[in-house]
Amino acid sequence: MKKEFKVIANLLSNNTRVLDVGCGDGSLMNLLVKEKNIEVRGLELEKNNVQECIYKGLPVIQGNAETELSQFPNQSFDYVILSQTLQAFYNPDKVLKELLRIGKSVVVSIPNFGYWKVRTSLLFFGKMPVTKSLPNKWYNTPNLHMCTIKDLFDYCDNQNINIKKVIGLNEDSTSLINRGNLELKNFFSKLGIFLIG
Amino acid sequence: MNRKTEYIKKINVSKPLKLDCGKTVKDFPLAYETYGKLNENKNNAILVFHALTGDQFVAETNPVTNKEGWWVTAVGPGKAIDTNKYFVICANVIGGCMGSWGPSDESKETNQPYGLDFPVITIKDIVRAQESLLEHLGIKKLLCATGGSMGGMQLLQFCATFPDKSFSAIPIACSSSHSAQNIALNELARQAIMADPVWDSGKYFLKDTQPKNGLAVARMVGHISYLSEQGMQERFGRKLQEKADYEFSFNADFQVESYLRHQGHSFVERFDANSILYITRAMDYFDLSKQFKGGLVEAFKNQKTKFLIISFSSDWLYTTKENKDIVIALNASGADVSYSEIITDKGHDSFLVNEPEFLKTLKGFIDSMYEKFKNEKRI
Repeated sequence: MKKEFKVIANLLSNNTRVLDVGCGDGSLMNLLVKEKNIEVRGLELEKNNVQECIYKGLPVIQGNAETELSQFPNQSFDYVILSQTLQAFYNPDKVLKELLRIGKSVVVSIPNFGYWKVRTSLLFFGKMPVTKSLPNKWYNTPNLHMCTIKDLFDYCDNQNINIKKVIGLNEDSTSLINRGNLELKNFFSKLGIFLIG
Repeated sequence: MNRKTEYIKKINVSKPLKLDCGKTVKDFPLAYETYGKLNENKNNAILVFHALTGDQFVAETNPVTNKEGWWVTAVGPGKAIDTNKYFVICANVIGGCMGSWGPSDESKETNQPYGLDFPVITIKDIVRAQESLLEHLGIKKLLCATGGSMGGMQLLQFCATFPDKSFSAIPIACSSSHSAQNIALNELARQAIMADPVWDSGKYFLKDTQPKNGLAVARMVGHISYLSEQGMQERFGRKLQEKADYEFSFNADFQVESYLRHQGHSFVERFDANSILYITRAMDYFDLSKQFKGGLVEAFKNQKTKFLIISFSSDWLYTTKENKDIVIALNASGADVSYSEIITDKGHDSFLVNEPEFLKTLKGFIDSMYEKFKNEKRI
């Protein structure tokens, strides 16, 4: 989703240091280098993606975010980005804490399980939802810990994690989310992008 | 060993070099070879550091041994390190036996080969001796420096000693300090040589001979450590060497025995036994963190070099873990570092053989660095 990357890029200040956890083929890193003069580092599990990044001249470390975030020193990046992978970890709680240790701020985006199409799928059809943002079946999904925008909101509050900004994304339209409009936005946003820390 | 010395290019290093052991040396020969052409902007130079038993003849045919260069899989026209595009340089390490100053050279004091009178050298000495070569070739900043195994160790030392001499660096299958297991294997090699009566405390040159048996065993030890358990099993298994059944003797019944014997015996034709002692010692003494207070992170402080660390999954000599430790230190010091583990059963030897994933990664990184380096220079 290109739009998501643009929204994330807009959240970051120019000339900063960014760690992209689960950086894929480096598309977001490339955008950040070119448009914001950001110094990037990537962490990626998938071999082919690692090679893609290397071919593009983007610094990438092959490794598993679940177990290998400890190699990065405390507060060594201005931002750490985790795009649509939080739900795939065995222990998202631990990973989030690690991200907050490494980055002064953290950008987390999640496919919103509170999105109305997801809700109606279960409510009316009694089946686990399959949507564009959640394309897998229940038996082969990598997503172990699905959550809603509201869940992550509550999590941050309970853990005393400072929420700086939350943006809801639906196709090409974006909107700011706060406690006041949370119920509504949690219903209509496909994706939630959190700036925390 | 007969050296066809007319094929060996050399410079005389006149600048005094204070060795780690305390001795100062000057006016010693450093042998090297180059491939491809240095471009006008002098921004396409790649320095290769060779491993324990390598030499400066990286590509094409080694004119001295008439065998292929040790890294023909990676270096040459159209290869991963493309000599149509890049200018590749490699120097023979001091302590070696392919033209650079080593224990088989004559000492000016005694007019005899040094033997064990040659000073014990370190990886740092080896690297510092090569600085003059870059000066001689007129290269201020390399596009890239690379090397596997001991070559990678030299490269780490090179980056720590000269943090601004190379735009990028690719240490391959190496370590920032020699492990107990590696020291033990090197000691095995040394003891094999020293246990050969022909070695004669390193004075075999007086009789114009070599401790061939000991040196061959030393080489066999090496070859076992360069392969993986799985790779060796797949390649040799329990296959017999050109025979239908056991001979009930101690001849080489098994293919793996025959392979090791062949590797051992062909090695003694091209390598000096004392050189093995000196170079393995240099490897054992290597501990980059010991040179810097505060350890490895301090060694890589203020690095401008862009690193790519590569390890091989089945390498048990320089393991993925040891390579990752380098990545962690580089990360902690804020350096620009990439890391890739190549999944292969070819063991430590993976960087020398045709391993497509590895060669693709090498090429992709170097080509992208060249584009960046060109643009940086323009600014």
